[in-house]
Amino acid sequence: MTEVKKVKLPLSEAAVKGLKAGDSVLLSGVLYAARDVAHQRMVVALERGEPLPFDVRGQTVYYMGPSPAPPGRVIGSAGPTTSSRMDAATPRLLAAGLRGMVGKGARSEEVKDAMKRYGAVYFGAVGGTGALLSKRIIKSEVIAYEDLGPEAVLRLEVRDFPATVVNDSRGGDLYEAGKKKYRRD
Amino acid sequence: MRTIEAGAVTEAVSRLFRQANYGLGDDVLAALERARRDEQSPPGREVIGAILENAAVAAAEGIPLCQDCGTAVVFLEVGQDVHVTGGDLYAAVDEGVRRAYDEGYLRKSIVARPFSARPNTGDNTPAVIHTDIVPGDRLRIRVLPKGGGTENMTRLGMLLPTAGRQGVVDFVVKAVDEAWSQPCPPLIVGVGIGGTAEKAMELAKRALLRGVDEPGPDAETADLEAEILKKVNNLGIGPMGYGGRVTALAVHVESFPAHIGSLPVAVNLQCHSARYRSEVL
Repeated sequence: MTEVKKVKLPLSEAAVKGLKAGDSVLLSGVLYAARDVAHQRMVVALERGEPLPFDVRGQTVYYMGPSPAPPGRVIGSAGPTTSSRMDAATPRLLAAGLRGMVGKGARSEEVKDAMKRYGAVYFGAVGGTGALLSKRIIKSEVIAYEDLGPEAVLRLEVRDFPATVVNDSRGGDLYEAGKKKYRRD
Repeated sequence: MRTIEAGAVTEAVSRLFRQANYGLGDDVLAALERARRDEQSPPGREVIGAILENAAVAAAEGIPLCQDCGTAVVFLEVGQDVHVTGGDLYAAVDEGVRRAYDEGYLRKSIVARPFSARPNTGDNTPAVIHTDIVPGDRLRIRVLPKGGGTENMTRLGMLLPTAGRQGVVDFVVKAVDEAWSQPCPPLIVGVGIGGTAEKAMELAKRALLRGVDEPGPDAETADLEAEILKKVNNLGIGPMGYGGRVTALAVHVESFPAHIGSLPVAVNLQCHSARYRSEVL
């Protein structure tokens, strides 16, 4: 097993600087769940100078829309969705102060450039392990866009939520490095 | 003529979607165990370990394997000597989907009017249904809850006939390479070759229903599958794209005759959460 770093959310500037691509982490604290339409609406709100559903400064967003919580559970299955669908909205949110993202799959060059510029980190969670990940979520509440059903914005509290640093704030990229290391021509 | 009640179809569909969403089949679990053994990359092995642990938790605690409980894809093989009574067959399928997703706490991921308002249909219907009429008096139902992330990586190529086998291999490997970290590898790669555009695409989807370890229907197809699998695993993408030697668990090819001027090739990817179930009524 690789060494696992415990990381507190919201992320501090120093914490972001200390993380590098490939690091295994356990996240504890607050995550905001938002996906496609929520991102679209947040960008519109920023353009109009309207308030966002939550103050994004320093916060971490989780690209996730859970299955319904069965009785007695905090949340249903709760794994990451494909992050690239949020790429178009992301530089705008990073400019507004967003510091972390949790999802799966590669990001665009524009997102990676904005991460370096504003000092942000992108974590990968293991897609398709929503049952396992749901056990690390200790609180969940809808805070905005309830009309979107499974796509509503949630405020989550997580404890020891397992993730891997995919893109760090200095341009490190686990997907690129991993592919290079194991590719055979 | 054998009579089957529409209600029995509803019950079977409901049961199958719940089973599929709460547990991986033995063939998928065995393939993942093997992948964990074969994978050289330490983060790759950890990812596969998490996938296997997730399957155990989902089954033991009744939590869906993945929050994306999929589009409800249903393949029906209706014996020509079957008479369905007591309702519309497709309505019976949709009712089964409705019950499974509602009572089973599965995510409702389907929106109507996808080009405009996109209101959620609220019950994960309608199912996407493929029907074959076959000899006999049985009704076979196969379900495949299909996640949106992998479906988005679908590719269709109308290749030149002269591109041949090599053209097919290159096209499929490129599709997987471009999908890269996004479709939740390790994958099952469904490939449909021949027919028309929509025929090739349906074959690619149908290929995903085959057990992970079942090779293609003949030696030439099995050989093509083996070559593509080797090349896909040489891409280095690995489990969840963290780098590794297991990018796919299997490649399944289905083919059909094609026009003299055509070589359609469809690629439909299945994530590691390969959730399919079947039942014969």
